[in-house]
Amino acid sequence: MADELMLEIVSPEKMVFSGKIEEVTIPGTEGEFGVLRGHEAFLSSVDIGELNFLKEGKKTLYAVNTGYAEVTSDKVTVLIETAERSDHIDKERALKAKDNAETRLSQLTKEDVEYELARAALARAIARISVAEKQ
Amino acid sequence: MASLKDIKRKVTAVQKTKQITRAMNMVAASKFKSAQMKMDNFRPYASKFMDVLNSLALRVETMSHPLLAIRDPRRIRVICMTSDRGLCGGFNTNLIKATERFIKEKIKDGKEVSLIAVGRKGRDFFRKKANIIAQKTDVLSKFDMTLAVSVADEVIPSFVKEEYDELYLIYNQFMNVSVQKPTIVRLFPLPSIGQDADVDPDRFLDYAYEPSAEALLERLLPMYVHVLVYRALLETSAGENGARMAAMDNATSNCEELISSLTLKMNKARQAAITAELMDIVGGTEALAKG
Repeated sequence: MADELMLEIVSPEKMVFSGKIEEVTIPGTEGEFGVLRGHEAFLSSVDIGELNFLKEGKKTLYAVNTGYAEVTSDKVTVLIETAERSDHIDKERALKAKDNAETRLSQLTKEDVEYELARAALARAIARISVAEKQ
Repeated sequence: MASLKDIKRKVTAVQKTKQITRAMNMVAASKFKSAQMKMDNFRPYASKFMDVLNSLALRVETMSHPLLAIRDPRRIRVICMTSDRGLCGGFNTNLIKATERFIKEKIKDGKEVSLIAVGRKGRDFFRKKANIIAQKTDVLSKFDMTLAVSVADEVIPSFVKEEYDELYLIYNQFMNVSVQKPTIVRLFPLPSIGQDADVDPDRFLDYAYEPSAEALLERLLPMYVHVLVYRALLETSAGENGARMAAMDNATSNCEELISSLTLKMNKARQAAITAELMDIVGGTEALAKG
């Protein structure tokens, strides 16, 4: 099919996904962006959030961590540190992580270097919960 | 000469030890296999990441990032990466020796040294000998990228806050099953990237960057630290199990040797006992005949 796009999602543990898809939506640091075949070539960093793609009309969701995406006209490579498919997420754990991060965050001020870490942990937990709920 | 019963008891004991070492060898072998698989799975990620990082570094003229800041190295921090469990030959001993030597040299030069222990063996050894400011123990039997991230979270903020000036990572480089080489690498300030790398400078020529190439590079640097730490963790895990495999294989064959020599001894003792008994009987019969 002419409008197919090759997608590769690579994490340190494994090749998370590799295959032909129709469309992918990636949570870039400058905002979410969708990619179809024929997109201009570019490189973007990926933020914590939700990545989804359409394959044969079916949507698959992943909660992803920081990384980057390399887009060419017929191929998208996403490199991220973690990626969890929506049906593999342990929602209990995510909720607990969110509580932890919130308490930690409340004890820190913006000047603390740890503030960023706690904020990132919170964002991760929220992304996982929202992905888990959508599935 | 030890009595027959003593030797018999010894043989059974050695046989039991042999069973244990053989079992440990097999467990280590299977763990080694999975550690190697993890390494194989990591390779595509690492090579793709380095590819992008190096070519990005070439596009950016001057890099200024807190992790690249060079300061007078007065306070040194060391990550010592050992295994959590023993019985793996000289794996930990060699690494700890190398670490100790390194620390002593730095202290002799008038530097302040603090230590981050990853793995219980290193922590136990340096508990009283060095200033351990953070530790991660009992984590190596099952780990993923999150462990590397948590180690990085330990070192990145404090380097940025200028709590120390240089960071070294000491770990066992995995050469093959029986050879692990203690290796010292400087993590912070990060050595320059993309200088000696073999990259195609035109690879990202037509690319648009979002955000700018500089900002993108800045975001990738902490990830680079994660990659370096994760690789060291993988090599430690593979090396530990490889070393244990070799050590247990040795132990098993030593047990076999011991068993065969003890069995020989046991047979000799038994033969001696029989001979002595026979002599008794013969002596007794002769005495009866005389009487």
